[in-house]
Formats: sequence, structure tokens, C-alpha cells
Amino acid sequence: MLKQTEGSHAVAEAVALCRPEVICAYPISPQTHIVEGLGEMVKAGEVANCEFINVESEFAAMSVAIGSSATGARTYTATASQGLLFMVEAVYNASGLGLPIVMTVANRAIGAPINIWNDHSDSLSQRDCGWIQLFAETNQEALDLHIQAFKLAEEISLPVMVCMDGFILTHAYERVDVPTQEQVDAFLPPYEPRQMLDPKEPVSIGAMVGPEAFSEVRYLAHAKQMQALERIPQLAEQFKAVFGRDSGGLTHSYLVDDAEIVVVAMGSVLGTIKDTVDEMRQEGQRIGVLGITSYRPFPLDNVRAALQNAQRVVVLEKSLAVGIGGILSTDVRMAMSGLQLRGHTVVAGLGGRAITRKSLRGLFNKAISGELGHLTFLDLDWNVVNKQLERERTTRRSGPAAESMLRDIGVVAARIG
Amino acid sequence: MSFQPVHFYQTGTFTVGNRLLSAEERSVQANVERTNSLNSGHRACQGCGEALGARYAIDAAMNAARGRLIAANATGCLEVFSTPYPETSWQIPWIHSLFGNTAAIGTGIAAAIKVKRQKGQMDDVRVVAQGGDGGTTDIGFGCLSGMFERNDDVLYICYDNGGYMNTGVQRSSATPPAARTATTMPVGPEPGNNFGQGKFVPAIAMAHEIPYVATATVADLRDLEYKVTKAMGMRGARYIHILVPCPLGWGAASQDTIKLARLAKETGIFPVFEAENGEVTGVLKIRRPQPVEEYLKLQKRYAHLFGKKPAVETIARLQAAADKNIRKYGLLDQEAN
Repeated sequence: MLKQTEGSHAVAEAVALCRPEVICAYPISPQTHIVEGLGEMVKAGEVANCEFINVESEFAAMSVAIGSSATGARTYTATASQGLLFMVEAVYNASGLGLPIVMTVANRAIGAPINIWNDHSDSLSQRDCGWIQLFAETNQEALDLHIQAFKLAEEISLPVMVCMDGFILTHAYERVDVPTQEQVDAFLPPYEPRQMLDPKEPVSIGAMVGPEAFSEVRYLAHAKQMQALERIPQLAEQFKAVFGRDSGGLTHSYLVDDAEIVVVAMGSVLGTIKDTVDEMRQEGQRIGVLGITSYRPFPLDNVRAALQNAQRVVVLEKSLAVGIGGILSTDVRMAMSGLQLRGHTVVAGLGGRAITRKSLRGLFNKAISGELGHLTFLDLDWNVVNKQLERERTTRRSGPAAESMLRDIGVVAARIG
Repeated sequence: MSFQPVHFYQTGTFTVGNRLLSAEERSVQANVERTNSLNSGHRACQGCGEALGARYAIDAAMNAARGRLIAANATGCLEVFSTPYPETSWQIPWIHSLFGNTAAIGTGIAAAIKVKRQKGQMDDVRVVAQGGDGGTTDIGFGCLSGMFERNDDVLYICYDNGGYMNTGVQRSSATPPAARTATTMPVGPEPGNNFGQGKFVPAIAMAHEIPYVATATVADLRDLEYKVTKAMGMRGARYIHILVPCPLGWGAASQDTIKLARLAKETGIFPVFEAENGEVTGVLKIRRPQPVEEYLKLQKRYAHLFGKKPAVETIARLQAAADKNIRKYGLLDQEAN
């Protein structure tokens, strides 16, 4: 059914349609509306046979999820930013134990300085935690990916993060097509666990594993993600057969076949990039876009195939690997290995900084004319940075950096609009 | 076979031998049909109080739950010595997740069971979460308090040996004052652990007004079985805190585990009581009052108190703390005073 609704609510409806059995909720912006929506639906009896638990921390949220998933219940939670970091020990534990929990990450920056707005630092910090990470481009895709996520997670017994841009998607009202219960039931069978705490067949779960088997157990986690690499496109096909639309898969290519320059990105910024590319195409530029939907497992072959005819690659990422540059770019470079391509890393949109078409046009034109450097921070205010660096060079007690820089900027409207 | 005189009481205890009791009054452990939930062959140290406490507690819980029990276990000695895979001592469904989240794991299991029961996919299965004092009173405290506050249907059992014994005897918030640990060495002007404000988690559990809180020791295993059985007869959050001497960490002889647990109770150092909905409903009275020295001097962790120049002031402070427990919990009968 088509409706005009908030991204968070669309996700809540999708999760409810997946017949979750245990939901753990802890508030953190910008994820809150999702669990609020689910809490209301469970309390109203619209989601049958479901326990909604208000826990005391994100660490507890993931821990309760581990307990319920290990007891055979379809389990969901949502988090963001500091919340994801607070639960990290349990995040690794959930994947290490092979528990198919589904979690929404409403992507948000990590402090300090504290910042509630969108970038991808949070889930990308969990790059190697063993979870599958799927990035939604639109609210429709966010909704659809949750339905696929439960199926994927349960088939291969690995947890899945569905990542959606905080505020940009979670708080945006858009038209979404909410499927029917019959459609979701046709796509997603009841959860059949591989392992379960059951007095009828007692097992020990979570024993210590020494050097004699640790590598093998860890390799199995990798092998499962390689299975997911095959399974994700198949699930997207099945999804299309039931729901009639393209959603998910490993990557989305846009005008890459004849492109000399390909822009690689994840999440909602792909919309702005495609609009910019459309404009530049009309002006005769051979530019295309590669959207990464599956960040983990990372689709090396698909990325390589999409890039192999290009001359230049611009990886535009909402994340920063401090001390080297890009996080996503590192993976894209891996896919480009052996290809004679010029690669650029562009760090953009940190902490909710708007990524405008104007900025992107300037950026892409620079790339085309060969003026773009190896690593670029889009729209960085060098005056503010240089002033602070100078202050630190000349004054030992230069004070708290963020506050000094904010003072230099003065009172302005937050630059997120 | 030579003649063996029948003792009605075990030497030095008040424990009545099972042979004098009717079958239904006998202990769970005395029954050959007991589950042996924590089976033999595990790797606990000789004289381990935790292994003893866990065996009695979980078998009693299994008995009360008619065999339908799931256990969650914090990281620590109990986890490590019971599951050096491919060996496991656990005869029941058992999960170890992390050090600090065991109460929350219990919550999750209980939630799943509730839903599965509603759907008719599972019997009435009960949940026990268990951990040492570090995993309970320190790193797992947030999750424990959350589980209490929500009144989740979990029995949490803390095996308190007063320190991080698995990592090599470091101080926890349950380490008693003056005790030597690897991080509170008996050096300097105030040797051993500092005299803090203490963190007696049973009292904090009572402050949550959960249905049931009890303390117990491995010196009185019938009392332990009774409390576990009683707790299993209730719903909601329940907490049992068991004092389990650690020969390694306490520097005590392996054969003194029971004796030390008994002395902890008889000196008033460890009050043994039970409470319902935040109010004390029963205490185990001291039978033969003892000065704290009798308890302290058996343990090398207090050896610095009994050197050439005994630390009389420190011992007096420890005695005062024990006396306060005796007053506060009414551990002595009037006639014994």
C-alpha cells in the first residue's frame, strides 16, 4: 500500500510485518522513532506474540538480543552512533555465536565532539565485526532491506545491520510502498534456528576455543559472508518476484558502462550524486555512479566489473579513516587492484555537513580536469582549520579545540540545510 | 567390615544426616536421580567453593523446574573450568556470552521463552543466570540492575569469592577490606584492600524490591537448596548471593572451604538471610559466635594482620563491621548475647 510516511515509521512497519518475537529498545537519536513505532504497535496488540523490552543500555539491548536469539526467537533492535559503540563487545559476540539478529543502524557521527547528525562513521567502525552491513539509498529500500535482512540472516545464521542515513532518511517523509502481510509471509518463512537453548536437546553455547580451532571457527565466519555474497543478489531477485520492485542486491550501477569517471558512494547521497551526474551527462560528460548496497560482505568482483572501463574513480564517503583517509576507498582500491585507474578519496558530509549538487559539480569537474588530489575534504573551511593550527603552534594552553573553532566561526545557523 | 558408629550429626556441624530423614525431606544432592547439571570431570581447583555452590544450586533449580532449565553464565572461573571444549560439564542448555551481560542474556532467554510459550512452541522453561562477584557486582552490575528493575523472570545467582580469581586474584568491589589481592598488595602504610563503603549487592537487590533476595554459603548446603527451591517457586527477578571460598585466592587450605564459609557466617562477616519484596523475612542465626580472628587467620590474604606486630586496629575494624551485621540483621538470638 502506498503511503506518505516517515522513514523510521516505514522501517517500523516493515519490521512488524516480519513477525518479530523479541524487540529490545534503547533510545538514541536518530533511531528512536523506529523503536517508538514498534513499541506502540506491540503495546496495541498489532504485533502478536512479541516481547518489547525497554533495556537500560545499548550493551543490554544487544545482550538481550543474544539471549533471545539463542533461544530461537526472531530478534530485532536498532541503534546509532555512540549506542553502537557502547554495544560493540556484544555486537562481536552476536556474530561470533552466529545469531541472526537484525539491527537498524540510523547512521550518525561519533563524538567527540558530540554530534547527532548523519555520517557513516558508526557502522563503518564495525567493518570487521562479522555482521553483514547493507546500506539503504532511499526509505523504500530501507523498508525492503529489513524484510530481506531477516531472511538473509536466518538462512546463513549471521546478524545483519541495515544502515540508513540518520535524519536524511529516518526523519524524511516520503512515499513508500508498504507490503501486505501476505506478501511478507510469502517471502519470509518462520525462523528455524540452527542452534537453540532447549532443555529437550541441551547444548553448551559459547565455550572457550583455543588455538587448535580458533582460526577454523573464524574462517567459517568469512565463509558465511562469502555465501552471503551469492545469496544477496538471489534474495533481491526473489524479492522482486514477490514485491515487484528492485531493492537490495550487492551494488547499484548508474550509467557506468561508457563512463570515463565513476563516482562510488553509499546511502542516500547517491540520489544527489545521480542528479548531478544527470546534469553533467546532458553536458556531454561521461560520468557514472556505483552505489554500494552490501558493504559487508564487500562485493569486490562487482565493484571491479563496474570500474574496469573507467579511467578515474572518485570514492565519496561519509567517513574518515584518521591517519590514512578513507574507509570505503580502501576497499574500493582493493577491488581496483591491477587496474590502471586514478583513484580519489573524497571525505564528505561528516557530522551532517550538507553535500550539495553545487559542491559535487565542482568536485567532479576538478576530477575530470585532473585537478583533484588524492584525498579531499569536501567544502572544508581551511580558514577555521588553519587558525586553530596556528593557535596550537603559538599557545601551549590553546584550550579545547572544538570550542575554539566554534568561537571562530561565530553564531551561524547549523550548516546542515 | 569393621564397625562404624553412626553419627547423627556430622562432626562440628549441625547438619542432620540424610539417613534420618524421610525421602521427601532429603536433599536434592542426596538423590541418585539428581541431574548432575554441572557434571564431574571439570577443571575447578581442589576445594573450589564455586563448583560446590553451582552444583547444589543448579541441581536444586533443575529439580524445582522439573528438568526444564536454561542457564546463562558470565565469563569467569565457572565458565572456564566447566567448558574446556570439546569437554563440557553442563548437562543442561547453557550459554556463555560475555563477562558483563549475563543478567541481560537471562532477560533475552526469558523473553524468548514467553513468546514461544504463547505460540505453544515451548514448555514452561525457567532461566538461571549466574556469575562470579566481578561479573555481578562490577562489570555486570548495570545489566543486573536493569533486569531487577524490569522484574524479568530470571533467577540470578552470584558466586561471591571476593575477587577476580580467574584472572589471577585481583580486587573486585566484593573484596573485603584489608584482604590481599594482586592489586591490593599487603604493602605500604595501609596494607591490603582499602576500607571503602562496601558494595553489598544483596542489599542493593533488596532496594529494587524484587520478589526474592537471599544470601547463602556453601557451609549450609541444605539452606542453599531451600533458597534456590523457594526462588524457583516464584516469578520475576530473584537474586541469590552465595559466599564461595576460594582456596587459591584466599590462600586457604583446600579442606577448609566449608569451615571458612561457616566461620564467615558464624562471625557475622557474611550475614545469611532471605528477603521478599525488599524486606528481610528470615535470617540464619549464628549458632556458635566466633571472633573474626578465627576466620581471618586461616587465610593468607590476611596474613599481614597477624605478623610480629598484629594489626589490632584493623582487626578491630573488621570485628566492628561483623558486629554491625549482627545487629543489623539480628543474627544472634537474645539468649546467646
